[in-house]
This record gives sequence, structure tokens and C-alpha cells, in this order.
Amino acid sequence: MPGKLKVKIVAGRHLPVMDRASDLTDAFVEVKFGNTTFKTDVYHKSLNPQWNSEWFKFEVDDEDLQDEPLQITVLDHDTYSANDAIGKVYIDIDPLLYSEAATVISGWFPIYDTIHGIRGEINVVVKVDLFNDLNRFRQSSCGVKFFCTTSIPKCYKAVIIHGFVEELVVNEDPEYQWIDRIRTPRASNEARQRLISLMSGELQRKIGLKVLEMRGNAVVGYLQCFDLEGESGLVVRAIGTACTLDKLSSPAAFLPACNSPSKEIKEIPFNEDPNPNTHSSGPSTPLKNQTYSFSPSKSYSRQSSSSDTDLSLTPKTGMGSGSAGKEGGPFKALLRQQTQSALEQREFPFFTLTAFPPGFLVHVGGVVSARSVKLLDRIHNPDEPETRDAWWAEIRQEIKSHAKALGCHAVVGYSESTSICEEVCILSASGTAAVLNPRFLQDGTVEGCLEQRLEENLPAGCGFCHIPYDELNMPFPAHLTYCYNCRKQKVPDVLFTTIDLPMDATVIGKGCLIQARLCRLKKKAQAEANATAISNLLPFMEYEVHTQLMNKLKLKGMNALFGLRIQISVGENMLMGLASATGVYLAALPTPGGIQIAGKTPNDGSYEQHISHMQKKINDTIAKNKELYEINPPEISEEIIGSPIPEPRQRSRLLRSQSESSDEVTELDLSHGKKDAFVLEIDDTDAMEDVHSLLTDVPPPSGFYSCNTEIMPGINNWTSEIQMFTSVRVIRLSSLNLTNQALNKNFNDLCENLLKSLYFKLRSMIPCCLCHVNFTVSLPEDELIQVTVTAVAITFDKNQALQTTKTHVEKSLQRASTDNEELLQFPLELCSDSLPPHPFPPAKEHLESASSNSGIPAAQRATSVDYSSFADRCSSWIELIKLKAQTIRRGSIKTTVTVEKASPMGEGNFRNRSTPSCANSTVGVVKMTPLSFIPGAKITKYLGIINMFFIRETTSLREEGGVSGFLHAFIAEVFAMVRAHVAALGGNAVVSYIMKQCVFMENPNKNQAQCLINVSGDAVVFVRESELEVISTQQPAANCQPACTGGEVTT
Amino acid sequence: MASELDIFVGNTTLIDEDVYRLWLDGYSVSDAVALRVRSGILEQTGATAAVLQSDTMDHYRTFQMLERLLHAPPKLLHQLIFQIPPSRQALLIERYYTFDEAFVREVLGKKLSKGTKKDLDDISTKTGITLKSCRRQFDNFKRVFKVVEEMRGSLVDNIQQHFLLSDRLARDYAAIVFFANNRFETGKKKLQYLSFGDFAFCAELMIQNWTLGAVGEAPTEPDSQVDDMDMDLDKEFLQDLKELKVLVADKDLLDLHKSLVCTALRGKLGVFSEMEANFKNLSRGLVNVAAKLTHNKDVRDLFVDLVEKFLEPCRSDHWPLSDVRLFLNQYSASVHSLDGFRYQALWDRYMGTLRGCLLRLYHD
Repeated sequence: MPGKLKVKIVAGRHLPVMDRASDLTDAFVEVKFGNTTFKTDVYHKSLNPQWNSEWFKFEVDDEDLQDEPLQITVLDHDTYSANDAIGKVYIDIDPLLYSEAATVISGWFPIYDTIHGIRGEINVVVKVDLFNDLNRFRQSSCGVKFFCTTSIPKCYKAVIIHGFVEELVVNEDPEYQWIDRIRTPRASNEARQRLISLMSGELQRKIGLKVLEMRGNAVVGYLQCFDLEGESGLVVRAIGTACTLDKLSSPAAFLPACNSPSKEIKEIPFNEDPNPNTHSSGPSTPLKNQTYSFSPSKSYSRQSSSSDTDLSLTPKTGMGSGSAGKEGGPFKALLRQQTQSALEQREFPFFTLTAFPPGFLVHVGGVVSARSVKLLDRIHNPDEPETRDAWWAEIRQEIKSHAKALGCHAVVGYSESTSICEEVCILSASGTAAVLNPRFLQDGTVEGCLEQRLEENLPAGCGFCHIPYDELNMPFPAHLTYCYNCRKQKVPDVLFTTIDLPMDATVIGKGCLIQARLCRLKKKAQAEANATAISNLLPFMEYEVHTQLMNKLKLKGMNALFGLRIQISVGENMLMGLASATGVYLAALPTPGGIQIAGKTPNDGSYEQHISHMQKKINDTIAKNKELYEINPPEISEEIIGSPIPEPRQRSRLLRSQSESSDEVTELDLSHGKKDAFVLEIDDTDAMEDVHSLLTDVPPPSGFYSCNTEIMPGINNWTSEIQMFTSVRVIRLSSLNLTNQALNKNFNDLCENLLKSLYFKLRSMIPCCLCHVNFTVSLPEDELIQVTVTAVAITFDKNQALQTTKTHVEKSLQRASTDNEELLQFPLELCSDSLPPHPFPPAKEHLESASSNSGIPAAQRATSVDYSSFADRCSSWIELIKLKAQTIRRGSIKTTVTVEKASPMGEGNFRNRSTPSCANSTVGVVKMTPLSFIPGAKITKYLGIINMFFIRETTSLREEGGVSGFLHAFIAEVFAMVRAHVAALGGNAVVSYIMKQCVFMENPNKNQAQCLINVSGDAVVFVRESELEVISTQQPAANCQPACTGGEVTT
Repeated sequence: MASELDIFVGNTTLIDEDVYRLWLDGYSVSDAVALRVRSGILEQTGATAAVLQSDTMDHYRTFQMLERLLHAPPKLLHQLIFQIPPSRQALLIERYYTFDEAFVREVLGKKLSKGTKKDLDDISTKTGITLKSCRRQFDNFKRVFKVVEEMRGSLVDNIQQHFLLSDRLARDYAAIVFFANNRFETGKKKLQYLSFGDFAFCAELMIQNWTLGAVGEAPTEPDSQVDDMDMDLDKEFLQDLKELKVLVADKDLLDLHKSLVCTALRGKLGVFSEMEANFKNLSRGLVNVAAKLTHNKDVRDLFVDLVEKFLEPCRSDHWPLSDVRLFLNQYSASVHSLDGFRYQALWDRYMGTLRGCLLRLYHD
């Protein structure tokens, strides 16, 4: 069934002068969708034309609606010669295709030309009339929502998390077609932009189909990338997590039958609060529609084993840092079995999410990663996706088996990336092996009571640290102790993960950004020799990156890494490794031992002195860092722990990789766990240099913190000022005498200086935290290193920070003991219809949304939940719930207290702190952030995904201010175009913004440069909490009386 | 290991006021870095010189990109490329159009042409203001002039509307445009003691009283090539001023005028005898200035004439300002008592403004 696309061209402004004689322009507009083109009249002699066109109507299939972008071209009419193009606007109309998002796209769009950049703006209105399609065999997937956010979006709750979806499409790169030799750069760029836009649409549609097949209605953690393979093609690939989401704030969401587009899901009864830490409900509600079985995903991803070309050079590295527990045995085993059965039906039990609904994540095993080196010129049939599909399938299989080795059945925080240099391509995948609670997976029919008991065994804040694997049969040597929090289960000495810090994790002190940086020279080689050389280097790099991370972590006095992302980039003559993560001190894990330095010639006096000097320096640094990050774990005496820690002083020995022969690389031991202390052996200059480099990392200036996760552990009182930025640096290495050491130093300096510059530039925001610091490194040419950083600086209230950290610790202590207070928290969350897994759930608003909801009193709704499958003892809970619901209505002070507690952000803080109003501005402010939330504000609506690809080229590089001027202007333009699209959708912010690619090429001799940028994010509407209060206090009054009090309690 | 490329782009454009000032003052990046180092910023922030260099470059690049928009400030408000809070936008515009006193004194009243632009090197050397900054200020004058030149209505309002300047700055620009349009000579050595403020004050009075717009009559036919209302002096008025000559040409009238003034001021003026002795000279000077204004050349020399014919004689006799005020008040007022004089309104229009100007200009 078709839909009708309607477009109206209203006006233009600030157009460039196209006619030198009159200093004016005779502009008209071409509107193209698919193969249909409409034109407006020519508006003569104006730089601010008012076309006010009729509605151009396109009748198209919804398949086309999803694939095709709307293409608007502004031209200058010329009577005698060909019309000159001023520029184009591509509008992705996908957000108009699902009901809950935007209904109209209307606003000023920058007119973009790939050679001249932005040239004026055009005002456009776009609408879509969509007829519902009931055809089961349709090729379109309108209605499936896409989110870049890697957690369940704020105003939704996850009914079911289905799992991994992936897709990949290939096409010939227009830049490499024969026609490119005769067409203009502009035409070539536009062909490329259009192609990628088309492919993105197709990819999204195909993924949407898979989601519908899985009976989901949304993709969360959608990550789309393109690979410029050169001659062999242009690949657009995407991964994501299919979910069934229910809208939270709209009243309809509470009534189980509306709102969700697919019929089956309607049957699913309201699923109650999934937070296992506050109550013990099971998955409980029997899902009536579970009769259908999950079809094995073979059908979802094209599989072919025609990968003869591949060299199978995959180095296999399961990076895990783990431990074991001997208790929790039978339940754990049972749980494992069930989760297993739930997950094993899937080809890949992967989740691109990095933050989860409470209770979803049971245990974390450690980081798993796999890399593979491939030759692009060996692809048999480059135009077909089979070979690439097979490559990725192989890597995913690898990841899956690594996870299994860690006793885990799932991989969370999963991501994939590539690095291409000429015909060599490194494919990488990484994630965190984990054991999940099957409740959220569709076919998890676990007995409620079993889980209940199990969950009681898992104290809050440390459960995820407990090892998932068998102590006696550990996948790698690790040093285990009893959990420092619950003292019941085993935990590893360090924990590395790719996910965000779980909400309920107990952290001591603050976190910090930890980076490992590494360069390795490699000989220039061709084809297989090159691939072999790279493959041989990879394990060493992984090992060294890991060592660096471990050393730096210890130096910070911390014991866990979150958000770990290791990027390995390949260039002509070198490999670069860059790992970023956020270090924290998890209360559940043991205190990290120090770093000891051992010399190899112990009898040399001066040498000895040098060593002891270094040792002192290291010890001082550790002490200083502990103070800086406020790491003062409570002293715990041996007896309380009661654990068989072998020696008070842990000793472990680190072996340098040089000693290992390359034959053994597959069996790399990255855990360092077996021996006790952490000794750095200085046996050569390399090692010396490593120790030095350890100490060169300068901590951020006071008032600054940085992390690469969503939130900074230990800071919870964000104020509303945010500044998102992108910074790019390229350095040219002097080609003379390049050694690994010199390279490392250059690279290290590059990153450190970049960070220093950021701190300096943002000094006016102090105290502030750089969150989601995302470094990308690439090697665009022989001697060039390019580093791109995107992050957001968020201010916070310093005084409040101290208080909340205190209460945080208090809270955790409180939680550990089974306090009755905790029970009181539960009903509140229940009646607010399950907290979204947001790190900062503004519980107050949920309360409001619940109580101001279409006049149904909160209590009534709470009890309307189907509790039939609860174990007997649950009935007493229901009583409590009823009781509590009453309390809420009455607005007792107690409720207010729990509200504050439930939300880690000092809400009182935001009230008086809204940004200075920009009401006078003619251009609405659009915030951009790589985070999934906006501090001090509530996201009220998701308008759709923003996924944009731009090419900019210049043949007058010097005139545009050189490479810096060129790229600066281009990035500013990209921001502007993203903001304009969001504003046109009716939004005021982009969350989960990411610059996925920034490929920059220059040829200064020819005065030319080209850059490709790919960005994405979620367009949203947010409301400041201060403004929200005004609305909410008015609303309940108009609504129903009992709710009134509920609304006022929290204000 | 040189940085080939080094950029920072914020969603909200970062504006560093100190760097903006350095940029406006026309310092090169390296000079600006040196000045920033001297300001002690490195010690305050613990940054390195390299960081400062990169930061300064970034800001300079941003300002260069913004400059195009600053040339037409309403564009800055409507553009989409740089997200800048309104308060910052206002600051950017205001600072961009702010000029140096030393510079404006050099070009005030000069034709804003290419010829003058060529002399900017000399002005730069003379004033110590960088050539770059001189150029920006000169171009600003010229740009504002070009935009409002052809416009009807209040000069200040037009400037404010098209350049979004503060009231104060818009008035200053009105004075600059007015002076440039009428080419008043302000550079002579005799006039060196006068500040821009003095001239701006006079300009405002003249715009209010001596231009076509001042009369308050809108041009009857819109198409007719009527002089710009606020920019050009009212030609008819200048013609009429000839009639004032009678005040000095007619000996009886002059004597009567003198006696009226002297009678009124006797005992009130510290410099009475000097005034009495000089009255005819002074009056002749003031009236002749008026009578000559029909010629463009003499209009240009207005301020020179005022200084030579009136201000200098008073100063050489050490008149205190209060005495000058008393004298001018009485001098203007007494004309009303001259029965044979028919041009009272004309006299008031002329003297009212001139008195204000003279009082402002009378200082050391």
C-alpha cells in the first residue's frame, strides 16, 4: 500500500549571489523523490525568494518511503546557459513513518553544496499520509522505531529484549566507477551522498523487517557504519538490539492493548517492575503469546561459507579478568541452564546495549574481543554481501565462543568496527561476556520463586561482579577473593567491561578516563605478506594495550574498567592501538595491589638507587591519585572477610611480551592473575620507557574530571550547562629514524596535548566533567596520524557533589543490610510503572505521570496488575503495595524521601538552574550530546533517528584557511545541518550523538582536500525540570483530586 | 612533529572575550599568544604555550568565519552555522563595531574613499593602532555609511536597525556618518584639542536642528531626489542664514545688540571689559560663519571657523566657561529685542545649536 508524501517549498533566505551583474539570484527549486521531480516557479532577482509553492504530492510505496531520501535542489535560473545548482538538502523522512515520532517536518534547512558548503537556507514543509499495511509479506518495515541510544530510551519501558539484529548492504562506490573520470567532483560527491543515503534507508528497512519477524517494535543501540573499501565497494552495515518497547508517559501505555503496532504484542499483559533489587517479583505474567517459537536466525542473516579467500588469520583473544564463587551453586546452575536455553536458540546472543533495565545483568565475565585481517581484493563477488557476511559471522562466532569460555551465554555492550588501509581490512568486534536474567528475553519462562530466591542471594551493588564461570575450571588464571560487599561469592581482582557502570554498582570515590596508546611499525608489504605481518603484530598489540591499561589502572588505585573500547588502526607502515576506558574503584572488588619495580641486575648500586627512586615515584603517584579520586575504601579486617586470601600482600608477576614466541600467540595470557604481585620488571630500555610513560600522564587540572562512559561515577549532581564538541588533530611524523619508541612518544604527546587543550578551552565551565570522551585514531597517510575526539562537558555543583557522595555510600550501606525502608521504595516504583533503566530516573516525574494519569488513581492501577503467577508469599506484597499506594496519594513525607533516594541526582538542584533563556534568539537552540540524557531535563518525546552523511571537497584549500580552516568550517556546518533537521522535526536536542566517521584527505600541492563525515543520534524533545514543575503542579489540579497531593509532595 | 591540523568545534561556539579583543586589535596569532602569556594565563591554568597557541589559532579561525556575518549583523542572528547565545551575539557585534578614539579622530570628516584607505598606514604609525585594526574600523565606517546613505528616516534608528548596535554606539556612528557626509574638517592643528565626543555632541545637535529631517516634514513626492533627511544639512536653511548678515552689516543693529548685551551682563561677567571690547569681532565672527554656510567649502571649515573666530579669542582672554555661557545666552536672547530684525526663528535655529556646540567645544 502506498503512502502519500507531500512537500511544500515556502521560502529561501541568504542565498548566494549567482548573477554578478545584478548581484542577485533567480532561484527555483526542484523537489525529487524516487523518479518523480517537481519544480517551483522561478523567483526572480532576490536573495530571499518567497516561492510559497503548492503542495507537491508523491504517491509512493512505503518501501520507497523508507529507502529514498527527499531531495531538494535549489538552482539559479539562467535563460541562456544551463541552470547553476546552488545546493541541495536531503531530508530523511523516516521519522514521519511511525506514529509516535514527528508528524511534520517543517523549518529552515541549510542549503548544502559539497564544494561551497552551506549557501543560504530554505524553508520546507513535509508531510506523509501513510495507509496501514496489513500484508504480512511486505518488504517495508514502517513503524519500527530506531534509537541510537544504547539503553532503553527514557520514555519507554522494555517489555521484551529480543536480541541481536544485523544487516549489511554493498554497492559499487561511485568514486570508483568509470564515469567518475568524466564527471565533476560535485556530481561524484552528490552521487556518493545519495547512494549512502539510499543504502542507509534500505539497511534500516531490512533491519526493521527482521525486528518485525522477531515480533519486536524497536531497535535500540542502533549503530550504522560504512566502510569505504575502495575498488571492492562501499559497505553499509548496522547492528542493533531488537526490543519490544512500551511507551511510558502516555496513558495508553498502561492499558495493555493499545499503542504497539504489532498485533501479537498487544496480548502481552502489563509487565510489572523488573527491578529485582527492590522487590522479588518474577517474570511472572505468563506471556500468552509465547506459543510461537523463535525461529532460528539463520533466516535473518545471509550465511555462506564461501570464504575461501579469507586467510583465517584471526588472532583470538578473550580478554577476561575474572574469578569464581562456589556458592549460589544450584540456583546459579539452574539459572544458567534456563538462560542458556533462552539464548542458545539465537545465533548470536549479543546485545548492543551498554546500560540495562535493573536486574537484567546478572553477572559479568569480562571483555571478549576478536579481530580478523582480511584482504579486500580477494572478494570473489565484490558486489554481493555474502563474503562480508561470512567474515562477520566468523568473528561473531569467535566472540560467542569466548563468552562461553567465560561461562557466559550472552555478550553485552557489543560493537563492531573496521580499519581499512588499501586492500587490507581489520575487522574487530568486542563486548562483555555476561550472564543475563532471562526475564526480559521473550522465551524465558523461569519460575518466579526460583528467581526470587536466587535474587535474594545476590546483594545489591555487587552481584554483577561475581564470577559467572566455575572456580575449578577457570578459563584463564585469575586471582579470586570473596566479594568485599556480600562476602559470599567470589569476585576477580580486576574487572574489565565494555558497558556502562550499572546503576546499582557501589563505587568508592570518583572515576577517571584511562587510556592506553601504542604504535608499532610495520614493513610496507603487499597483499598476503602484509596481512600476515599485521596478523602477527595484533596479538602483541593487544597484549601491550592490556598491560598498559592494567598498569595505569593500578596507578590510579582502581580495580575496574567500564566502557572499554580498544581501537586498532592500520596504516601503510604502522599499526596504532588506542584503548579508552573509565576506571573506577568497585567496592565489591579487592583493593588493588601496588606496582613494584624490579631491576634485573640487583647488585649494581646506582641502578638500584634509580630503581628505588622510580618505585618511590610510583608509590607517590598512587597515593596522590587515591586522594584525587577520593578513593578511601573502608578498612576491612581479615576475619570479617573470612576469605582464603593467600597472603596479605598480593604478588603477581608480569611477563613482558618479548619473551613469548610468536608461535604461541593464540594462547596469550592477558590476565596476569596467576602470580600474586604486580611487578614491573625493568629489563630493557623498552620497559624503562613504559614506566616513564606511565608517569607522564598528567591528571586533569583541578575542577575537571573525565570519563568515557555516560556518567561519571561519583558525581551525581549535574547542572544544566552542557557543551558538546568535536576536536580533530593531525600530526605529521618526521620520517627520519622512526622507531617504536619515538612513535609511541609522539602518539602519547598528541593525545595528552589534545586533552590538555580541551581542559584549557573549557576552563570557564569548571567544575565540570568531560563525559563520553570518544577518541578515534586513524592513519590517513604514510606519516600522518589523525585523532578525533567527541565528548560533552557537563557542569556540576561542587558542594552538592560532596554531600551526595556521602549519601551514596550511606545508601549502599543501607542497601546491604536488609532494611525495611527498601521495601517501601518498591511500591512507589511499581505504581510508576517500572522505572526506565535510565541512570538518573527522575522518579518524581514518574510518580506524576502515574498519578496524573487519565484520572485513574494510582492505587487502582497498581492493583490491576496481574499477579496470578506470583508465589504465595507475594500476596503479602500486594497488601503492602496497596498500602503504599495510599501513602503516595496522601503524600506522606516518607514518600518524598524515597523519591529523593531513588533518584541519584539532587533534583532540588536543577530547579533554580536553567540556562539563560534564549527567547530573543530567532534561531531555536538545539542541544547536542553524546549522552542518552540531558542533565536537569526530561526527555518527553523521541522524534526519530538522525543519520546523516556529508562530503565536502575543496579545490581552494589555501583560500579557505588551509586544512584547519576547511575542516573547522565543515564540522561547524555538519553541526548546523544536524541542528536544523532536529529543529524541523520539532525537537530541541540530539541525544546519543556520535560522529561515526571523519575521513579527511588532503593534497596540499594541488590545493585540494576532501572530507567525509557520518553522524547519527536521536532527535528528542526535552523539557527542563524547572519548567516541568510548573506544568505538573497545574496539571494534577485540573485532573483529579487525589493526585493533587501526589504532585505537590515532590515539589 | 608539527600539528598539520588542529581544530575544536563546539555545538555552542566558544567565544573568549580576551582573545576577541586581541583579534579586534589586529594582533597576529603569535603576538596574541605572547600577550596572553604575559597576562599570566599559563600560571593560572597550568597550560603550556603550545596549548595557548592552539587555542588562540582556534579562536582566530572562528572569528574569521564570523567576520563575514558581522558585516551584516542581522545575518549573525539568523544564521544556523554558529550556535551563539543572544547575549554573546550582542557582545560580538558591539565589540566589532567599537572603534578607537585615536583612530576616529584621524578619519572623522574625511571622505570614506579608497584614497583615505591608502593613508591608513600613516594613521597606524601615528596612532600605534595596528593596520589591521585600522582597516576594520575604517571598513566599519564605510559599511555603515553605505548602508544608511540612501535611507530615509532617523539616522540613529537606521543604524540601530541594520547593525544592531547599542544606542550609544549607534549615535556615535550617526555622528561619523554625518561628518563623513558633510566632510567637516576636523584634522587641522587648531582642532587637535577636540575629542571625538566633542564632535559627536555637535553632530547630534546639528542633526537634530539643521537637517531636513529636523524640520519634521516628510518629502512630498517619494520619487523626488530629496536630500537624505538626516545626513544632509537643510540647504534652504543654509541659504536663509545669509539674512542674518544684517546683524553685523547694519551698524545700528550691531550697536543696539551690543548695548543690550552689555547692559544685561554688566557686573555679572568677570571678563566684561574684554567682552565689551571684543563684542563686535565676536558677533561678526559668528554671523559671518552663518552667512558663509551656503558654500560647501565653508561648511567643511565650520569647526575651524568657530575656533578661529570665537573660541580662540575667548580663550586668549581667559574667559571662564561660565562667562562664555552667560555671554552666549545673552547674545542669543538679546536679538529678540531687536525690533528691526525679522529672522527670529532662523536666528534661534542657528544660534540654539551653535551655542550648544560652542559651549561643548570651549575647553583646553
